[in-house]
Amino acid sequence: MTDKVKKRLYIFLVSIITIIIIGKFILDSLQKNVVYFFSPTELYNSTELPNGLIRVGGMVKKDSLVKNGNRYQFIITDFKQEINVKYTGLKPNLFVEGQGAVVEGRLKTRTSLEAETILAKHDENYMPKEVADALKKSGDWNKKYGK
Amino acid sequence: MFDFLSTKNFRDLHDHYLYWVKIFFLTLVLFGLILSLFISPADYLQGDTARIMYVHVPASWLALQVYAVMSVCGIVTLIFKARIFTLIAKSVAPIGFTFSLISLFTGSIWGQPTWGTFWTWDARLTSMLVLVLFYIAYILTWKITSQFQLAEKLTSIIALIGLANLPIIKFSVDWFNTLHQPATIKLTESSTIHPSMLTPLLVMFFAFVVFSIIVFLIRFKLESLNLKINSNNK
Repeated sequence: MTDKVKKRLYIFLVSIITIIIIGKFILDSLQKNVVYFFSPTELYNSTELPNGLIRVGGMVKKDSLVKNGNRYQFIITDFKQEINVKYTGLKPNLFVEGQGAVVEGRLKTRTSLEAETILAKHDENYMPKEVADALKKSGDWNKKYGK
Repeated sequence: MFDFLSTKNFRDLHDHYLYWVKIFFLTLVLFGLILSLFISPADYLQGDTARIMYVHVPASWLALQVYAVMSVCGIVTLIFKARIFTLIAKSVAPIGFTFSLISLFTGSIWGQPTWGTFWTWDARLTSMLVLVLFYIAYILTWKITSQFQLAEKLTSIIALIGLANLPIIKFSVDWFNTLHQPATIKLTESSTIHPSMLTPLLVMFFAFVVFSIIVFLIRFKLESLNLKINSNNK
């Protein structure tokens, strides 16, 4: 290696280390700011209720979905705290009890929310229907797969 | 240091083997499409919508991997001034750009029936959009900088800066709470996908890789000959 190449290599290494350190700081601050949704527990523990539109994510609690025309009422839970949601409109196909969902709307109280949009959250499990049925039958159905 | 990697060697690969690589690609993609569209089962929850992943996932993987190749080439270009790596990076850029667009596009057609929205500003989708912007910046810099030496440096630096975005894309689903689901196929743990759906996915991925190689060989030959003509004219 010539001296020139060595010099460039040093400059490169120093700049990479600097970038990594800066990146670490950026990530740390992002962690606090890039909140796509809150969990019910985070809302419950927050000292001040957020104003305006917020998103809350969690599981749609089983047997909590009440349908009345195109009005829906259900409970979003993270298995520690719950939040009651009211929504009027169309719901996505995959929005079912026992699956994840993100609702966007305004908080009425600490545990109730008037939703304007609901989004179904899909999990990372992919399997054919027969396998899902067989797993349910044999009792090997993992809770995290949902309903 | 990089003598074994001569532009002529790559051009020879193009001239001698391109035909066979094309045939291999056609077989692979035909096999993959039959597997993924007809033989593989529908998902228990999403039904046939899940089949979009056979295009979406390989395209996303390749969009990231091609960018990684570009960044590594950028590093080598900046430090060792080995021209061939510049040519490699320049040739693969449009491939990765196209795949990243395919990824966003198929993702949003899948998102509408599944999530209920075409687009949302969560960490995964946003960081993927940033990747597309980096590809655009990279390609545009080549287009608007007339001086090769300068363009070589600028694009390498752009590729290098964008490298920081790759881990953010990959781990955004673990670090932040996002609407996008976490990775299904994991290197360290067992994957949460049934083998009957994993096989077509992998076949499609290899088909996409072979396709990238075809485009790369063609584009590399073009770029290297271009460079030769331009430097001869001066």
